[in-house]
Amino acid sequence: MTLIDLANPTRFLTLTARLLPWLAAATAILLLIGLYQSAMAPDDYQQGATVKIMFIHVPNAWLSMFVWGVMSVAALGTLVWRHPLADVAAKAAAPIGAAFTFLALVTGSLWGRPMWGTYWEWDARLTSVLILFLMYLGLMALWRAVEDPSRAARAAAVLTLVGAINLPIIKFSVDWWNTLHQPASVFRMGGSTLDRAFLIPLLVMALAFSLLFVTLHLAAMRNEILRRRVRALRLMQAAQVTQSSQRSA
Amino acid sequence: MSLGPYASFIVTSYALVTAVVLILIIWITIDHRRQKQRLRELESSGVVRRSGRGVADIR
Repeated sequence: MTLIDLANPTRFLTLTARLLPWLAAATAILLLIGLYQSAMAPDDYQQGATVKIMFIHVPNAWLSMFVWGVMSVAALGTLVWRHPLADVAAKAAAPIGAAFTFLALVTGSLWGRPMWGTYWEWDARLTSVLILFLMYLGLMALWRAVEDPSRAARAAAVLTLVGAINLPIIKFSVDWWNTLHQPASVFRMGGSTLDRAFLIPLLVMALAFSLLFVTLHLAAMRNEILRRRVRALRLMQAAQVTQSSQRSA
Repeated sequence: MSLGPYASFIVTSYALVTAVVLILIIWITIDHRRQKQRLRELESSGVVRRSGRGVADIR
């Protein structure tokens, strides 16, 4: 099966049905391994056991930006190539991305209270991630507000691409401005500053959450395709009723 | 495994992530069943896709 074959929603549904059980099983196994490693990780010499929050906070924070990146690629697919699955992919990703962003904000807050002495600080990193969360909600509201999916998709694609400007702002906010948030410590020039005892569980959890996203996203895309089929059939049904009433009149 | 004086923050974080992930999984599963049910109802009322493929072809 080539990539172009996936443009056909029916073929996509067939492939998804085959892949989803395997993806779900791989996600569950990796999550269990990651959780075990997180539980067994030693305490940090400064942060103590609160370092365990990092193993769930960081993957959610990474995915909050990654999902918007996926939606931005899908937005290009909608606007440039009018790919049939592009707006399905973008629409299905938004609630999942919003959930990851919400979790990044709340777990960050719960980590910040014991470490920084505050749940919230209006600094560049925290504020830019809050803006990302609000943009997810705005995008979901836009899709609900416009009844025609293709019209909603074009408006949402433009908003998604405009919102992508926020991604480098989030990423580099810790370098550009003074912030309570620590600078990048995993993916940076000169290698990670994290000890292997923390780095390995973190990477396993990041991989597990990434697989979780792929699994949920494919399942949500499948639902969106079915929703559009329901809509198309209802329109056909309404047209049939109108035609038959015109004939009888 | 001792979680120290900030155990409540750690446990709340993990519990919250578990709850939100479970909500996402349940919501997507229920949505899938609902869409298939709607397709079934439409097909049983005689409305079918031009391709002739029905909800039975979707796993």
